[in-house]
Amino acid sequence: MQVILIINGFLASIGRSVLALLASIGRLVVFMADSISHIFRPPFYPVEFLQQLLRIGYFSLPVVGLTTLFTGGALALQIYAGGARFNAESVVPSIVAIGMVRELGPVLAGLMVAGRVGASIAAEIGTMRVTEQIDALTTLSTNPIKYLVVPRILAATLAMPVLVLIGDIIGVMGGYLVGVYRLDFNSAAYISNSVDFLERGDVTSGLIKAAVFGFIVAVMGCYNGFRSERGAQGVGQATTNAVVSASILILASNYLLTELLFPA
Amino acid sequence: MIELCGITKAFGKNQVLQGVDLLVSKGESLVVIGGSGTGKSVLLKCILGIVTADSGDILLNGTPMDRDAFLQDFGMLFQGGALFDSLPVWHNIAFRQRQGKVRLTKLQAIELAVEKLRRVGLKPETAFLHPAELSGGMQKRVGLARAIASDPSVIFFDEPTTGLDPIMAGVINELIREIVVEMGATSITITHDMSSVRAIADTVAMLHDGKVRWQGKAADIDTSSDPYLDQFINGRADGPIEGVR
Repeated sequence: MQVILIINGFLASIGRSVLALLASIGRLVVFMADSISHIFRPPFYPVEFLQQLLRIGYFSLPVVGLTTLFTGGALALQIYAGGARFNAESVVPSIVAIGMVRELGPVLAGLMVAGRVGASIAAEIGTMRVTEQIDALTTLSTNPIKYLVVPRILAATLAMPVLVLIGDIIGVMGGYLVGVYRLDFNSAAYISNSVDFLERGDVTSGLIKAAVFGFIVAVMGCYNGFRSERGAQGVGQATTNAVVSASILILASNYLLTELLFPA
Repeated sequence: MIELCGITKAFGKNQVLQGVDLLVSKGESLVVIGGSGTGKSVLLKCILGIVTADSGDILLNGTPMDRDAFLQDFGMLFQGGALFDSLPVWHNIAFRQRQGKVRLTKLQAIELAVEKLRRVGLKPETAFLHPAELSGGMQKRVGLARAIASDPSVIFFDEPTTGLDPIMAGVINELIREIVVEMGATSITITHDMSSVRAIADTVAMLHDGKVRWQGKAADIDTSSDPYLDQFINGRADGPIEGVR
């Protein structure tokens, strides 16, 4: 009897967790659908959109630039060391370029922006939630989704490809600096190898990924901020949830997008 | 005229409102009192549509409330001010007038803000400060200026004197009374500050256990003979309302 009760309790707790997970997914999907539908319906807030474009895009440039610069350099060293095992050191420029543009550029930029921008969006909107500023927007005949969420989603989705493009160039440059000044590659040959092996599809796939990652970061930041509760602790929790969930979704969607864009 | 009929609202197993009936006539100042957690704020949020009532009707002038139209002619002072941190005071006050198809220019918005700031006893230069640079009392006044910026016919005040010293609380109470009378606005105030009740109210409703326990004229609260109201307005620990010790 005791065993049956324990099994029942165990199964019930699994059931509760599954239901809670499904409810969370449902809420997120409804929030996303609501936000997307508001993108196309007036009123529009161009000033807020431009402010967010500046905050999300321009102010993320240093962190994305530094990340890709050092990663490009490290990648060049790793590929050189690995390639030396079967006399393939010459592939360094092309692999650095392809690796940065297809994979590392978008993923690293996505993760860095999730940490910088996702956290800031969740904290800002979460604070507005707990201090009743979002309720105040409603009483002032302003739809909070249109005013707060839509400009952030649009700005992140549009700014991320530009950020990644710049990050890609800086990352390849990092590889170039290490390749030429540390590994003694010929400068002209390095550049020519980088460019010759790179295809247009490599670049566009990275930019598509970047747009999706930007959308994920903004949606998770806004969603968690909107659902923030219980004062400072609730805002802290919302911020953590926004960064963790955006990071996991970026990595998961990166795999799915790679399968889709580069089927084996 | 705002009429609430049988409003209920539960959060999980916690039944906060259990059939609230309330009537606020045009131009009347109703103050809703009650202990913490009796559902006063939830009631206001149900009227505003921020929280959806489980059942019951909310009528405006006898017809079901069109919230978008209602909010166009509405102002609210929030408990903590709820001023937008990222905007200067003038933009906070003229926020509504800076949205929509017909919007004020920046200069017109500043003029409007300065006029409303004067009305609540603040200097014009306050318009260019940010909310974080204001004291609690000044934030309440700016919140009040924002609430009256569009000369609304309905104004809600959520705990207008919470967190203020007695003198500033008295100033805010007087301002609210003056503004409501001057504008002829219908107002609902929720508070548990009895000095606010006596300064602001035409009529008083007491919420207890999710229902309106007593409603009547402000002048009658001291002679009501209702033991719940009597205990509440006199702040006694003993009585039918259980206190958490």
